[in-house]
Amino acid sequence: MPARWRWDYAWEITPQLIEGMLKTVLATLLGIVLAVVLGLFLALGRRSERKWVSYPFAWFIEFVRSTPLLVQLFFLFYALPQVEFLPRSISTLSPLTTLVIGIGVHYACYCSEAYRAGINSVPKGQWEASTALNLKTTTKWRNVILPQAIPRSLPPLGNYFVAMFKDAPQGAAITYAGVLFVARALQSADFRTVEPFTIAGILFLIVSIPAAMLVRRLERRVAYESD
Amino acid sequence: MLEELLLNSRQYGNLLEGTWVTIQVILGSFALGTLMSLIMGVARLSRRPWIRGLALVYIEFARGISAIILLFWMFFALPILFGVGSMPPMLAGILALGFNMGAYGAEIVRGAIQSVPRGQTEASIALNLTERQRLRHVLLPQAVPIILPPYGNLTIEVLKGTALVSLITLTDLTRVALVIRQNNVISSDPVSIPILWINVLVIYLILAQVLAQSFKVAERRAARKFAST
Repeated sequence: MPARWRWDYAWEITPQLIEGMLKTVLATLLGIVLAVVLGLFLALGRRSERKWVSYPFAWFIEFVRSTPLLVQLFFLFYALPQVEFLPRSISTLSPLTTLVIGIGVHYACYCSEAYRAGINSVPKGQWEASTALNLKTTTKWRNVILPQAIPRSLPPLGNYFVAMFKDAPQGAAITYAGVLFVARALQSADFRTVEPFTIAGILFLIVSIPAAMLVRRLERRVAYESD
Repeated sequence: MLEELLLNSRQYGNLLEGTWVTIQVILGSFALGTLMSLIMGVARLSRRPWIRGLALVYIEFARGISAIILLFWMFFALPILFGVGSMPPMLAGILALGFNMGAYGAEIVRGAIQSVPRGQTEASIALNLTERQRLRHVLLPQAVPIILPPYGNLTIEVLKGTALVSLITLTDLTRVALVIRQNNVISSDPVSIPILWINVLVIYLILAQVLAQSFKVAERRAARKFAST
């Protein structure tokens, strides 16, 4: 009977898995950039006083949040290229682009809720003072509301960043060569499963547990400063 | 116009069969996840440090590892580690998702129990209730209205997570769509791929709305229970 765990094999494949992990981290970081920017845009659209603006934003956010990321990735990867009126250059995306847009848009909808809570927590007097000082709408948002709202949105945003990292291996389903994809490739090449998937899991914990701790420290600091 | 957005009845039949599998996975994961949430949430507040420590290790581990990695590990690595041959994909899916859900749920349960006013605990001690009675009849019933709203959101997250089981060969809703897409080239009545995936997304949206509404009903009931007191 073959050994259940082979150390020599485990050491041999670790560099490949780390390389895959770095690609997973890269996709996560790019996704975070997209989610942070798009999320703010969605939060502002959702707050619009014009119903024909705010309703579509609200529906879009609800729709994206209620459906699986994996299915959204399949939609972007398999369905978009078949939409006839879109030019090929827009509709046919590489696996990395698909994954970044997929997790970026998915979590932008979550981030928009974090921003919304942050904006709502700005005291009413600040809004009234801006009106009393006759500030322009852009000045009010850029210099009064957002500088106070964004620090309060940071802890929930941080939690979503960690969640994005945990969802990024789903890119394997659309052939993005992240850590899970590497593990599966090793599985079909060497017919071994225990080492690739176990090491992938350990690498994951090595990144995600410190990241989660960092977010919790941020949470305590923001709670302390806003007291 | 509307007809262009619909599939034919055979395809809907297949998607519904897949939806039924998805529903089985969510029910199983929810049951296991709720059991783990209650046990681990209460264990986090235990007086014995080693029980608290054990629960903390479980929570950190099950939250830190991603559901999809856990799923693959359980399906491919676990049976070999224990030398049991293979694991049915449905069982692997329910175990991974339930295990993952339990870690998030435990934190919700712990927070809710801690938010019950201290006087309730003191009164239970004064009334000479055992620890078990205090938990069952005093603390948990009052924690339920606080648990329900975040627990509803968590359950919808797990519903979305069930799509992952399609990657370990279980023919859930997502996998049925993947199979239809693959057979489309040789199919006698080919389907528009964008329309196919839009239909799948809408089915998930409906399932999520059903869950959200059920939790709203449960929240109202729980609120009414305490309204009279």
